[in-house]
Amino acid sequence: MNWLAFCSIISAALAVSFGAIGPALAEGRAVAAAMDAIARQPESASTISRTLFVGLAMIETMAIYCLVIALLLLFANPLLK
Amino acid sequence: MMSPLASTVLFHVGPVPITEAVVATWAIMAVLVAGSALVSRGLKLVPSKAQTTFELIVDTVDGQIRDTMQLAPAPYRAFIGTLFTFIFVANWSSLIPGVKPPTAQIETDAALALVVFAAIIWFGIRAGGVGGYLKTFATPSLVMIPLNVIETITRTFSMLVRLFGNVMSGVFVIGIVLSLAGLLVPIPLMALDLLTGAVQAYIFAILAMVFIAGAVGDAKPARALPTPRITP
Repeated sequence: MNWLAFCSIISAALAVSFGAIGPALAEGRAVAAAMDAIARQPESASTISRTLFVGLAMIETMAIYCLVIALLLLFANPLLK
Repeated sequence: MMSPLASTVLFHVGPVPITEAVVATWAIMAVLVAGSALVSRGLKLVPSKAQTTFELIVDTVDGQIRDTMQLAPAPYRAFIGTLFTFIFVANWSSLIPGVKPPTAQIETDAALALVVFAAIIWFGIRAGGVGGYLKTFATPSLVMIPLNVIETITRTFSMLVRLFGNVMSGVFVIGIVLSLAGLLVPIPLMALDLLTGAVQAYIFAILAMVFIAGAVGDAKPARALPTPRITP
């Protein structure tokens, strides 16, 4: 285990952990706002939930980017070759 | 543990290596083509049970296109419907033991995202001509051209990464839990993976619709209903 591999593993864990915080908070706020809107206007529930899904996908992409960075660090690290 | 970015080569056709994902993709394509040919062979005015079921699916796709794109669904039905059905079946193909979903390989997702990228350009050009489509890059002003070009590339990339990340992480987590805990423990995670697979197929189709509607709506000179543009 050299120094570079050690750093890669630590930064992969950091990338996933901190990358999960922001999207988790954002998704919580988005779902809460959508619930609020559906409770006020149940007749527009289908439009709201479709927009919510698309928005959640957008937010979730940020977490997925962090996951991909972590996987690149662990499995396809160009510095460890 | 095997890298999620690596792919297993099953055999070679001449110099071309054929991976597991390619075989699974072609199997799914064969099943879908054979199934739809079989169902649409003897269409009747008074439908049978099977025909009613599939008419319901087509009708749902039509309704989603009409709601999301605010356009007549006929020109987009085949593309969006095929996209959704293929990704859905591919994500759920993990139900068959021993099959790894082809969408868990980054190459398949890259191909799907490139198909959407080409479709956006094609539908955009078909709606407003080459000039009309190129003019959409200069809206609302000339300063936006570099940003619009970058957006076109990054949203394709983000579709790729989103589908790959979601499906692959599901497969990966099930593999890790299976290696730790063994029989029957990963079943709740598998159920969650099925839900994610269905939602991701839906989202991929919806995003393709939104992007195509954006290109078509901008390329057309006058439109009554502006479609919302969502940028990743």
